[in-house]
Amino acid sequence: MSVLVNKDSNIIVQGFTGSEGTFHAGQMIEYGTNVVGGVTPGKGGQTHLGKPVFNTVQEAVEQVDADTTIIFVPPAFAADAIMEAADAGIKVIITITEGIPVADMITASSYIKNKDCRLIGPNCPGVITPGEAKVGIMPGFVFKQGKVGIVSKSGTLTYEAADQVVKQGLGITTAIGIGGDPIIGTTTKEAVELLINDPETEAVVMIGEIGGQLEADAANWYKASGSKKPVVGFIAGETAPAGRTMGHAGAIVGGSDDTAQAKKKIMRACGIHVVDSPAEIGKKIAEVLG
Amino acid sequence: MNLHEYQGKEILSSFGVRIQRGIVAQNAQEAVAAAKQLTSETGTSWHVIKAQVHAGGRGKGGGVKLAKNLKEVEEIAGQIIGMDLITPQTSAEGKRVHQVLVAEDVYYPGDSETNEFYMSVLLNRGTGRNMIMYSTEGGMDIETVAEETPHLIFTEEIDPAVGLMPFQARRVAFNLGLSGLAFKEMTKFVANLYTAYVKSDSSLFEINPVLKTSDDKIMAVDAKVTIDDNALYRHKNYVDLRDVREESAIEVEAGELGLNYVDLDGNVGCMVNGAGLAMATMDLIKQAGGEPANFLDVGGTADAARVEAAFKIILKDPAVKAILINIFGGIVRCDRVAQGVIDAYKNMGNINVPIIVRLQGTNADIAKELIDNSGLDVMSATEFQEAADKVQQVLS
Repeated sequence: MSVLVNKDSNIIVQGFTGSEGTFHAGQMIEYGTNVVGGVTPGKGGQTHLGKPVFNTVQEAVEQVDADTTIIFVPPAFAADAIMEAADAGIKVIITITEGIPVADMITASSYIKNKDCRLIGPNCPGVITPGEAKVGIMPGFVFKQGKVGIVSKSGTLTYEAADQVVKQGLGITTAIGIGGDPIIGTTTKEAVELLINDPETEAVVMIGEIGGQLEADAANWYKASGSKKPVVGFIAGETAPAGRTMGHAGAIVGGSDDTAQAKKKIMRACGIHVVDSPAEIGKKIAEVLG
Repeated sequence: MNLHEYQGKEILSSFGVRIQRGIVAQNAQEAVAAAKQLTSETGTSWHVIKAQVHAGGRGKGGGVKLAKNLKEVEEIAGQIIGMDLITPQTSAEGKRVHQVLVAEDVYYPGDSETNEFYMSVLLNRGTGRNMIMYSTEGGMDIETVAEETPHLIFTEEIDPAVGLMPFQARRVAFNLGLSGLAFKEMTKFVANLYTAYVKSDSSLFEINPVLKTSDDKIMAVDAKVTIDDNALYRHKNYVDLRDVREESAIEVEAGELGLNYVDLDGNVGCMVNGAGLAMATMDLIKQAGGEPANFLDVGGTADAARVEAAFKIILKDPAVKAILINIFGGIVRCDRVAQGVIDAYKNMGNINVPIIVRLQGTNADIAKELIDNSGLDVMSATEFQEAADKVQQVLS
């Protein structure tokens, strides 16, 4: 078991023939991911990286049974790509694109609300189930198979956490990069819930950052769930000044409840093993797993 | 992108939102001319001189003053322009004022009492929808209102599929206790304000106060407007509204070099790939006994040119006593980053602070060897904790 993506996922790449799409699709295929094709409007019928190119997502669903997509479409067109995928019946929509206007994401997230799909991202590194499927831009070799699930808003910090977990002799079930934008499809709480409910996942690493309420919501859900699976948490940005955007569009301290300190306090109160140092994530997970 | 009050008001006005009218002036003479013109256009006899800086609480710092005649306009404008305005939202040094808005007096006496309200439009991150937040307590700091009298703050969330509905605009006007002409004016004000927010791709409108005049007009007396940077590509006419004088010079320069940089007050500079890891690295510096001097995300391509650009930006800050480079090489190979660091270091030739380079990920071992054999005053590390220990070591 794993969550969201596995060896049986039929994955397409939207923005397949662009430079980002080409590079990362190549890496995904090399990893052994089941990429069944891609979509670039106007290039339908061609073959790219040995896979068929379609004009529309709908064609990809009809012809190669696509059920999962990864989007590399430029920001101005990315929200449209998300809605196209949802309309065509894609179940898991992973959006890597950074810099999508907020107004476009308001429209897209409203549009997909009543569709049977899950959006991951945007502005995220993607999702990886080690040994089965890499649907993202992360370095595959860092992630070894195992029993720890990872949820994170950040790319390189996810790799850092995975590396620390692996160096403790442990491994990863699925790592989910949920993205650092103000509006994202899958929240920290939803991602943690997926992993807690996954029978193979024995512990969860939850990495957040300043801004918003997602970590507090996840912590409150975890406490209410009564789950016995340990969760190790870290919040980046304790030293970030208020009112400044720290790289990620969503990483900004507005009020007193979205500081790193406030979030950690709630997480601790909900039974999450919070580490203050980002260097101690791996050690802590080994400790809680005994 | 943050706008000045006068720029924000121009945008509001272009969508039919009634505003307190004004003319921007760069010096006392221009202020007098502006006051004369405003009197002829609006009939106002008094004028309000308002400092134009990107900070709230301007009145508290002496940046907003009433002038009752042209002599006072000249005097007050002369005082405010060039001053370092200190408000609760600026640093202790304050912000230099380069221009003032000469505005009409809208608190004139009339048939009814004037009344001030608060109104903002912003994203509710929890629901992914825009909302209008408003209060009967205008002219006050909204954070204080939220703490002391939260029942006086109302919200109206907007369904993106249909937009702001008339019943919602009416509810706003009712909750603000309005009736008659002022009620009608308010529903129009709210509708136009929301249209302006959406059409301008803004991420924040804060109108404090919204004024009901003594003749029952509703108008924006102040305007804090933030435009969504990601949407600027479809608003070419707004690009020129950016006032780089309001931003830190070093951040502007870093931005031009493609570096995501935020200037901080500490003593340890850092250079990291990825925003989350950059924040985590700042936190680690603090735990190692230092204070981060900056946030710097070099992005995915940490080659020699970018590393050199980042070095130059970090070293502009004389408070920097050490630099920690923390790169997790995924797609980008660590040995290439290491070579970039070595080349940049040699090119610059005058780096006088210790440098700690922590490279992890693809080819991290080759990278460490490159650094260790470079003969430069650069310490290498592979583990995160090891990097923190070395920071501690050089600081002590």
